[in-house]
Amino acid sequence: MGSEISGVDAVSDFLLELRSEEIPARMQAGARAELGKLFRRELDAAGVAVPDITIWSTPRRLALIARGLPLATDAVIEEAKGPPEGAPDAAIEGFCRKAGVAREALVLRDVKGRLTYFAVIEQPGRAMADVLAAAIPVIVRDFGWPKSMRWGAASIATDSLRWVRPLSGIAALLNDQVVACAVDGIVSGRETFGHRFHHVGAISIGGADDYAAKLRAAHVIVDHEERAAIIRDGAAKVAADAGLTLVPDEGLVIENAGLTEWPVTLLGRFDEAFLDVPPEVIQLTARVNQKYFVCEDAAKDSGGKLANAFICTANISPRDMDVVIDGNRKVLAARLSDAKFFWEQDQKKTLGDHAKRLERITFHEKLGTVADKVERVAKLARWLCEEGIVGGDPALAEQAARLCKADLVTAMVGEFPELQGLMGGYYATKEGLPREVSDAIRDHYKPVGQGDDVPTAPVTVAVSLADKLDTIFEFFSIGEKPTGSKDPYALRRQAIGSNALILKNELSLSIFDSLIAHGASLLRPAAIADDEINFQLYLAAKNRATQRDERLNPEHLIYAGMLKLSAELIHLFGTRIQHQLKAEGKRTDFIEAALYSRCDTVLSLYRTANALQDFLTTDDGANLLAGYKRAANILKKEDWHGIEGEISQTGEEDPLAMVDDPDLAPVIAAKMAERHAAAEHLSYTPEPAEQTLIDALATAAPRAAEAVQAERFGDAMAALATLRAPIDQFFEEVIVNDADANKRTARLALLARFRDAVHRVADFSRIEG
Amino acid sequence: MAAVFSFTPPPRDPARSFQDMILTLHDFWSAQGCVILQPYDMRMGAGTFHTATTLRALGPEPWNAAFVQPCRRPTDGRYGENPNRLQHYYQYQVILKPSPPGIQDLYLASLRAIGIDPLAHDIRFVEDDWESPTLGAWGLGWEVWCDGMEVTQFTYFQQMGGFDCKPVAGELTYGLERLAMYIQGVDNVYDLAFNNAGVSYGDVFLENERQMSKWNFEVADTAALFDLFAKAEAECRNALSNAVPLAAYEQAVEASHVFNLLQARGVISVQERASYMGRVRDLARSSCEAHAAKMTPQWEAKYPGWTL
Repeated sequence: MGSEISGVDAVSDFLLELRSEEIPARMQAGARAELGKLFRRELDAAGVAVPDITIWSTPRRLALIARGLPLATDAVIEEAKGPPEGAPDAAIEGFCRKAGVAREALVLRDVKGRLTYFAVIEQPGRAMADVLAAAIPVIVRDFGWPKSMRWGAASIATDSLRWVRPLSGIAALLNDQVVACAVDGIVSGRETFGHRFHHVGAISIGGADDYAAKLRAAHVIVDHEERAAIIRDGAAKVAADAGLTLVPDEGLVIENAGLTEWPVTLLGRFDEAFLDVPPEVIQLTARVNQKYFVCEDAAKDSGGKLANAFICTANISPRDMDVVIDGNRKVLAARLSDAKFFWEQDQKKTLGDHAKRLERITFHEKLGTVADKVERVAKLARWLCEEGIVGGDPALAEQAARLCKADLVTAMVGEFPELQGLMGGYYATKEGLPREVSDAIRDHYKPVGQGDDVPTAPVTVAVSLADKLDTIFEFFSIGEKPTGSKDPYALRRQAIGSNALILKNELSLSIFDSLIAHGASLLRPAAIADDEINFQLYLAAKNRATQRDERLNPEHLIYAGMLKLSAELIHLFGTRIQHQLKAEGKRTDFIEAALYSRCDTVLSLYRTANALQDFLTTDDGANLLAGYKRAANILKKEDWHGIEGEISQTGEEDPLAMVDDPDLAPVIAAKMAERHAAAEHLSYTPEPAEQTLIDALATAAPRAAEAVQAERFGDAMAALATLRAPIDQFFEEVIVNDADANKRTARLALLARFRDAVHRVADFSRIEG
Repeated sequence: MAAVFSFTPPPRDPARSFQDMILTLHDFWSAQGCVILQPYDMRMGAGTFHTATTLRALGPEPWNAAFVQPCRRPTDGRYGENPNRLQHYYQYQVILKPSPPGIQDLYLASLRAIGIDPLAHDIRFVEDDWESPTLGAWGLGWEVWCDGMEVTQFTYFQQMGGFDCKPVAGELTYGLERLAMYIQGVDNVYDLAFNNAGVSYGDVFLENERQMSKWNFEVADTAALFDLFAKAEAECRNALSNAVPLAAYEQAVEASHVFNLLQARGVISVQERASYMGRVRDLARSSCEAHAAKMTPQWEAKYPGWTL
């Protein structure tokens, strides 16, 4: 499109600097992104392509440099469609008013065979300085900060300008010209200010090209990455100069870069006596409170022992470095003496004594105190060991569980909550408790996230798993379940941790059995709303309770609720595995198929999925899947509801089939056999392929079911593999939809039995391909 | 005929005397037009509780004041044995409403006045937002570091008593003992020179710290304290129902301090703690609200268009 404005091919560089009082370090990266986003948005709206942007930040300024901007925007011709020819005058005139054109200027165009009025509106190109002058106030006003504030005399009105801290100045230059604009009385100019202390008075900027250099001359390094590099390298260097090794901490590098305009790294020493305190405490005190780096002894045989040194990052080149170092040393010494006081004070009581105070801490208003939780965890940890699910000593597991939360009431963890577990472990060691116990106390929060170490020491595994299961069970029992993006109690993270423990240690843990063992608090009537109870489940639970122990009779409903709960829980665990596989870019359909089988342990879920994956990559597997899909499609197409209409289409929906319980197996099997007996009695002579499938199924189905029961998933797949040839042959030689209704019914029933036999292993309908 | 004494004030020496440091700050802020107030005559946990800060932060009228406020933090007592911790110490408060342009530069000039040279010491403004649920108040600002030590809390009040601050006030709270230790170069608070005539901070306060720590932690009659709390609460309600919110506010401050004492005695359980804090918060907020409601007609009359 042509333009009348000359010089459109010329390009220009733009500099914008927004100065303010100190921007919190943690907000600077977000602010850079926000500035870039808003600048692009505004230029985009003006029709300007943004070629190249650099954004820098310091505590006192955000700076943006855009290179290669056109000096003006292109003229734009817009057409607006109006009423058709012959429309009432009022309508045509109304359109002209709206479009801002005279009636004579309207043009007629053909729209689907009908002449229609169009207004042709020419938007002339705008000077880039005008575009920017309009954009800057919009960017400032629309800027999104995590927290913003009002200030000064203007704040007598609540709609006064908001910024992260008072905005103090704007420099805006297009090439060497000021882009004139104003925001709430702050007028743009070419002036900026240098370092708060090293440079007095304003600096006049020529443009984008001399900006960084002029600031550097005024003791400001405006490029945050350059400052980070100075700190990173500087800290390593002062450590090396002192014969030490820096403990790298990139988070600290970035934070210090956000706290300084002229970073200078300085190394100081603290009293060696403080090294009695655990190194984690020293490092945390130095890092969190003072933003100092710490160092280790460089000697090879020191084993990474913490050195009595700290590295601080000053924002000045001080007249006398020792003055600044000594000031910082004093502050650290005061903090470390507090830590040492806590360390010694906490050890005056045993962890057992500390634990008594957990009775005063509420875990959750509906779930009692932390002491109550500890009691439940101890019971469950003991059970895990007694049942042989985890190989640890039951007494040690119980002891560790009883002490695992005690450090929450120590002074040290009160000061540094991040040290929970770790401090308990230290105190247990100092107290002379068995190694298994102190390790379990230290590590029972693990694994905390993906990539964290997964405990393998049996006592630790028992306590860690019991703690996580208790949290999940308890919150589920009061209806606090994760939904969508809401998971306020981080139950999904607990499930991920549990999965990791179970899979790494290959624990055969039935969710239902652990719910029963955990028991007590789930006997809360509120745990089971009436509408959640399926009558069939109730019956099954009643059977189970009757078989196990007569005294449980009054609690049938609760058992029914637990069955339902265990199904929900296995779903929670399974979907976490699915998400994890997805994140790793792996197929999730195998685990989904396993999830819709009747697995009650996370391990069997995982193993089923693995066995499925192995099986379905074989020729037999692939063909069996094809046969299964064909059978399932026919059944679906024929709207098959089973012989009595009560054998549901998929195993998962049959309440009886959900009762995956060895004690109940004979009861369920008898009922199932009853249902199928009629169907299996044929009133005609089957065709050979039909008989082959009947026979193969009679052998394979129980074999597969038995293998699943015994958690021999490879064998279950092998049993299914024997069905591959018969099902192929059946589809080749037998017509299901026979004119004889008896034959049709019997054959559909046969396909349903085939499908159900497959479902006992996994829900193949969930598998792709 | 009586003799006529002439008196020429001696030059202040903040580097050698705690009281000279305070007097220098008084001189400095007085020169900026601040009202130099005396401490509020009640026990309180922070200078922010002084009505010159809380209640004056409400409303449209300009207000500039500076004062020393003794602060009581019963749980921080260390029987005079910790060189850095005290259950009674001083804060220097400056409140500037509306917050003036260049307030940071003013503050830095006050540091220079008491002998802190920002080219010799590393001065930093580190994010530290302030929130007092008790007062229904919050603000954004920094803790000011001097060579890594927090010497001042710097806050732009955004809300007080649940109301937007219109206009916003800037609040500076200097930790006087810390600053003095820094300036005088001593490692133990009790070694500070209180004046130029040989009196130390320990001479003035060491015995007080010993006895008050013992009283706070071991002696105070808890039944009497519970009773005091209940009475302060009742009196606050009484004052509120009789439209004297300033008197109500004092009772809220009293209840807050009694609660701190009960905490130090360790007789409030975790569950009760939340409930007591809620009660104190109710008193303080109700008092602020009643004060704002009572003053609003005057404020609106003086500042047409202004609303609470």
